[in-house]
Amino acid sequence: MTKVLTDARSIRIKGRSFLAVVLTPEAPLDDWIVQLDDLAARSAGFFLGRPVVLDVADLDIDRKGLTELIEQLGERNVRIMGIEGARPSQVGPNMPPLMKGGRPAADVDVTEEEAPKVDLRNAPEPEADRPKAAAETRAVTQSIVINEPIRSGQSVIFPEGDVTVIGSVASGAEVIAGGSIHIYGTLRGRAMAGSLGNAQARIFCTKLEAELIAIDGIYKMAEDMDQDFNGRPVQLWLEGDIIMAETLI
Amino acid sequence: MGKVIVVTSGKGGVGKTTSTAALGAALAQRGEKVAVVDFDVGLRNLDLVMGAERRVVYDIVNVIQGDAKLPQALIRDKRLENLFLLPASQTRDKDALTPEGVEIVMNDLKRYFDWIVCDSPAGIERGATLAMRHADVAVVVTNPEVSSVRDSDRIIGLLDAKTAKAERGERIEKHLLLTRYDAVRAERGDMLKVEDVLDILSIPLIGIIPESTDVLRASNLGSPVTLADARSAPAMAYFDAVRRLTGEPLPITIPGEKRGIFGKIFGRKAA
Repeated sequence: MTKVLTDARSIRIKGRSFLAVVLTPEAPLDDWIVQLDDLAARSAGFFLGRPVVLDVADLDIDRKGLTELIEQLGERNVRIMGIEGARPSQVGPNMPPLMKGGRPAADVDVTEEEAPKVDLRNAPEPEADRPKAAAETRAVTQSIVINEPIRSGQSVIFPEGDVTVIGSVASGAEVIAGGSIHIYGTLRGRAMAGSLGNAQARIFCTKLEAELIAIDGIYKMAEDMDQDFNGRPVQLWLEGDIIMAETLI
Repeated sequence: MGKVIVVTSGKGGVGKTTSTAALGAALAQRGEKVAVVDFDVGLRNLDLVMGAERRVVYDIVNVIQGDAKLPQALIRDKRLENLFLLPASQTRDKDALTPEGVEIVMNDLKRYFDWIVCDSPAGIERGATLAMRHADVAVVVTNPEVSSVRDSDRIIGLLDAKTAKAERGERIEKHLLLTRYDAVRAERGDMLKVEDVLDILSIPLIGIIPESTDVLRASNLGSPVTLADARSAPAMAYFDAVRRLTGEPLPITIPGEKRGIFGKIFGRKAA
């Protein structure tokens, strides 16, 4: 007899994104808690049923302090689902997990109208439609368009998404984008796409004369580039650790 | 109200002072009331090129610090009665210029003159940024070689960011003046082509001044080239540049280019 150890069906693991409320405590913490109480008093139940992430990147706090803070928040019905910006030494096994790679979203408005009249001590489950509305919000790929040439000495830094330049990027100028870079002109300076770790980012330009190009931290100097692409319309992308190039049109 | 022109380049030795004197004199020869202002405090040269170095009593720093009134510091040109020079101080440095002081002087000058032509020092520091600060129009002086072109590009970026006009959300008018253009070397390919410079800088061209001994001779005589020899090639190019600066549509010709053999005119339009 063979013993079936596991079910034939494998466990399916999926990714899903939700919009979390991020709380950023500021020192002194006692004052901050008072302000939080004040906010909770004005819009009661704001934190109910909302996933809350605690951002402690700019907070000087040890593990004991952090444990106390989470307890204090728990007493106020603020349940922390994750901690952002903490060092591993600050986080114990009983704490919510460390989170990273969060993308910024629109600020959450705390409005008084929103406050449902509920007793905080035995709060009911919030109505089904409210969390659903929040979950529908997806991170939108952002982009900016620059309608003039980027001059020598100027730098355009846009970690949130794509950068489109209608004009040339001069020698000694740089464009740094979290997403892809599109240049409708000559790229003579530097272009760095996928700067926050995005291997899917690409660089497009109508004329390639770049000093340096980089995608997801992998870079190539002008000297290392294939001279066949010089002065031509080119797109560049990443395959593994190698920057690939192809002429356009 | 007068119009303020800054003559700037970023790089030194490209011909800012020569061009300031030549453009100022050319404007004055058209009957306009002109002041040329030297912003190169500590390394003043405009007084020499204008031939006024023996007549400097007060300078722009004295005016800013209240030691002299503006009319006391202005030197009237001996050849043109409607051309004036406001010299820089040679004994001080650029820190003697204050933003408030420069603003007051520029506003006063605008009341009395049709054109104020400011000679910017090289570099991108205080002296250069104060010289461009109140400009309505910028003349970017560039030589057809890579370092000058890149420095000019940097200056154009600053003109769009650091001038009072840019801060008010307006656009400062920018013109390219290509100087020390050598037709023979361009023919050999030793210099950047006019098209390449225009492609990189992408601002309209108001003139190409040929490399010429006339320019050096005029400077040594203490005379703007447009006054020393109005018939010389560089003087003619400056006169044309001034006509374009005042809005006249005039096609640009590249010096040394073969033309007229078959009666054909090789007129080039700037970008």
